[in-house]
Amino acid sequence: MKIENFSHQQSAHCESGVTLSLLRHYGIELTEPLIFGIGAGLFFGHLPFIKVNGVPGTTFRIWPGYIFKRVCKELGITMKVDSFSSPEKGMAALDDALAANKPVGMQSSVYYLSYFPPAFRFHFNGHNLIAYGKENNEYLISDPVMETATRLSAEDLEKARFAKGFPAPNGKMYYPVKASGKKDLSAAIVSGMKKTCFFMLQSPPPFFGYRGIAFLGRRIKTYPQKLDARRAALFTGNIIRMQEEIGTGGAGFRFLYAAFLQEAAVITKNDALLAMSAEMTKIGDEWRNFAYAAARVMKDRSGNRSSYNELGDMLIAISAKEKDFFTRLKKLL
Amino acid sequence: MNKDEVPQDRKIIHGQDNSLVKVLYVTDQSGKYETTKYAGWDAENLAMSQAWDDIDDKIEQTRKKVISGELSPIAYYMEKSLMDLSTLAQYVGIWKFFVKRHLQPASFKKLSKKKLQQYASVFNIPVEDLEHFPGQQ
Repeated sequence: MKIENFSHQQSAHCESGVTLSLLRHYGIELTEPLIFGIGAGLFFGHLPFIKVNGVPGTTFRIWPGYIFKRVCKELGITMKVDSFSSPEKGMAALDDALAANKPVGMQSSVYYLSYFPPAFRFHFNGHNLIAYGKENNEYLISDPVMETATRLSAEDLEKARFAKGFPAPNGKMYYPVKASGKKDLSAAIVSGMKKTCFFMLQSPPPFFGYRGIAFLGRRIKTYPQKLDARRAALFTGNIIRMQEEIGTGGAGFRFLYAAFLQEAAVITKNDALLAMSAEMTKIGDEWRNFAYAAARVMKDRSGNRSSYNELGDMLIAISAKEKDFFTRLKKLL
Repeated sequence: MNKDEVPQDRKIIHGQDNSLVKVLYVTDQSGKYETTKYAGWDAENLAMSQAWDDIDDKIEQTRKKVISGELSPIAYYMEKSLMDLSTLAQYVGIWKFFVKRHLQPASFKKLSKKKLQQYASVFNIPVEDLEHFPGQQ
């Protein structure tokens, strides 16, 4: 069976993409930037003590699940969210929902998604995708980061949904059940921006928000002393990957946020946001410059102290700019 | 970023094209946002191939240690499956402490057939590959 009127759409980011497609299926037309902005997706965090394969974690977004939950709350959409104690129950519940003509969003591990290029398949458990049908023993999958709709064997999907490790998906699945129609988009937009200002400006130091960026800048300067050249390059490379590779729309979601501000300016009739959007684009460009410079340092592999110093200074400068940006954005709201 | 500046660098890893066409948010000449698609960017491609170099290295070193008898085949397949101790422990459903012991050849030899089968199914390999380490790359 196949849910006929479901349409696949490629997005930059998996969680906002899944939210976009699920809501669209129920006639709620939004855009990815609006979802990302209302969901207060933009963030920064650097946690040296949380290591993934020995490399400290860096994030440019809020924790998984937050965007989706927040957008639903802001727009008055009730969701059914379930987790399961056993794969059998989880797969049966998925089949039931599909039989009832409901496309289903799910949390999954990228490692088992065989349609990705092999080099992308790490144990990352925070990926989101949609199933919109089942034929023989294969599920019809709409994965927002893929260009086209795809298929996945029931066996692989079960493994992906019940992957172990952190964060364990436990078969988490979700779909909208009721849209109340109370939909003041302007209010939701302003509320999303306020939340992002709060996250960026007032998150606990030193790991999060604008302070986290400067913190990472100071850390990066110590890499050549503290680590051998190889690990220093590996740590640096991981920042680039988090910023660009995992579907951020470019510059660690900064371009996506700038696109949101542009749409927000029109909807809330506030022209000042257009100028803010242009500024966010510039900040995004600086993040791209940072990634470019970091790649050069990485390639060099000499562990040159002054080049790591420069990278650190770049981040400290970006931190100051983001602080200034969100301080002024907050005043506009 | 202006849409004219979008890089299109293919991602070649392990000698194969691993490019994934992704969505990028870019501005047009008037500064208005739109989306475009791109296959990759040298900076991110380099970061990813370097991460894989590191993984491949670790797998190869572990393979050698298994052959020389320093580590058990579980250590090799753990690296090969891109897992760490705690991930593997959760998959097998036992404490990390025990998994760590099973990486040692001495305690690995004492493992029951059932336990070996459990590990083998997590690694998605036949149990014989654990019992008689083929050592292939």
